[in-house]
Amino acid sequence: MYTTELGKVSPLQDGAQEDPERLAAFETRVAADEFVEPKDWMPQAYRRTLVRQISQHAHSEIVGMLPEGNWLTRAPSLQRKAILLAKIQDEGGHGLYLYCAAETLGTSREEMIDALHSGRAKYSTIFNYPTLNWADIGAIGWLVDGAAIMNQVPLQRTSYGPYARAMVRICKEESFHQRQGYDLLLALAKGTAAQKAMSQDALNRWWWPALMMFGPPDEDSPNSAQSIRWRIKRETNDQLRQKFVDATVPQAELLGLTIPDPDLNWNEQRGHYDFGAIEWDEFYAVVRGEGPTAKERITARRDAWANGAWVREAAAAFEAKRAARVAA
Amino acid sequence: MEYSLFRALTQLGDDSLILGQRLCEWCGHGPTIEVDLGLSNLALDLIGQATMLLDYAGELEGGGRDADALAFHRNAEQFANCLLAEQPNGDFARTVVRHLLFATYASALYEALTASPDARLAEIAAKAVKELRYHADFAADWAERLGDGTEESRARMAEALDWHWRFVNDLFHDDRDWAACAARGLVPLRQSLRYGFERDVSAILERAGLALPRKVWPIVGGRSGQHSEHLSVLLATMQVLPRAHPEAVW
Repeated sequence: MYTTELGKVSPLQDGAQEDPERLAAFETRVAADEFVEPKDWMPQAYRRTLVRQISQHAHSEIVGMLPEGNWLTRAPSLQRKAILLAKIQDEGGHGLYLYCAAETLGTSREEMIDALHSGRAKYSTIFNYPTLNWADIGAIGWLVDGAAIMNQVPLQRTSYGPYARAMVRICKEESFHQRQGYDLLLALAKGTAAQKAMSQDALNRWWWPALMMFGPPDEDSPNSAQSIRWRIKRETNDQLRQKFVDATVPQAELLGLTIPDPDLNWNEQRGHYDFGAIEWDEFYAVVRGEGPTAKERITARRDAWANGAWVREAAAAFEAKRAARVAA
Repeated sequence: MEYSLFRALTQLGDDSLILGQRLCEWCGHGPTIEVDLGLSNLALDLIGQATMLLDYAGELEGGGRDADALAFHRNAEQFANCLLAEQPNGDFARTVVRHLLFATYASALYEALTASPDARLAEIAAKAVKELRYHADFAADWAERLGDGTEESRARMAEALDWHWRFVNDLFHDDRDWAACAARGLVPLRQSLRYGFERDVSAILERAGLALPRKVWPIVGGRSGQHSEHLSVLLATMQVLPRAHPEAVW
């Protein structure tokens, strides 16, 4: 699962301090769609933007395990339990590759995790919404992972090599996750009235937050232009959001569900769906950490880390003793 | 006579199911991402085993119940898992010790079950034994790391061993149905595995700088449905949706 750029940096400002010749050579390479590798020279702002974006993405994968994990012990069949477990495990795996990709830029996993726990780093706003019924697990796969795929497919061609390569595997798995979520909802669509009501309730709650996942409208996304020039992003927030709406509306119809937007209409002239206004105040509140389950999510992560400290210390002490024994 | 085998299969299936369910509770809360993913792997194996064993049990029973019906529509006293499997996760040391004791026992048991004249059981065992050997190694590695890590980790391991040791007799209990299957040569007597278990666990603990706990009054009853306080709470969570919507298909 993916977050869109959330933090505030000003990448343009310190471009002025870079060696102009190196900067120009770098820009030319990136414009030619060449990959930048860890040992290559890169502008400080490019490095910082990437660490921010990749670590936010990694944090989102790890925090994102929590809302789905909430239903793992209550999955209603053994098969669904196994599928969900494997799915959440994939998300943890994504977090792991992404931390590794970000580490190639010179920031350690511990530093990144510390930034998350202290609130300096963000994660995707979507995970600060609660999972209230079993259909939420389907809605997360279908809508949240679906939105993630829209965001991430272009990132397979992002300019930073380790990030792009991690994204190839992540995209394959996310696409499987999306089908998993849709399959779960198809089963509910064929089910009882109560099961159908669960699905509609889930869609009602997840639709707008899913649209917010693409980030602020283009006119309010000051870093987008630079990120696109650097091939860190490849399409604008609004372009991706439109693509998502266009792809998802027919899928909702197939499930017999109603998108909770009275302004949703097919626009023949544009060849796209028009949709209603997004409540950006809510988005910014959730970004500030005021989402319904923000406190629960970050507390769960801090607790897991604190409760596991003695395990990590023990493992490190054991390794040190073993290395000393081998050396002796 | 098939009833005994049905009961033996539910004992095996319930062990895997309940321990797998416990391990699900760790998801997203492990001490490192790597351990989190590792515990999920263990849980996935166990839930897969439970599905195969309980499906087979349901077929033998011939009453139209499958693994889901057995997992989600029985009450605590109808579960036949060992007491160890249902014990709460506690800290990571308790989870490791629970798994060390269970997987050391289960890998030896399933090794023997691969030779069962019941072809279906032998086939399930052939798959499960590969998984359980890995579980035993995973737990033994962590037991060694934590036993020989820091003062704190060693103290937590000693406490965890002390905590779980009272349930070991229950793990090896051969109830009437299991003994009937053993008499037919379908399964080994669990007691026959006890010596090897104590030898293997002692060797692991010795490497970890820990000792086997002293003999204590054994707490038993899992196989006959006399569980600890924890099982019905675990089931209340696990079964909530199928119980609330008994007619639904998921």
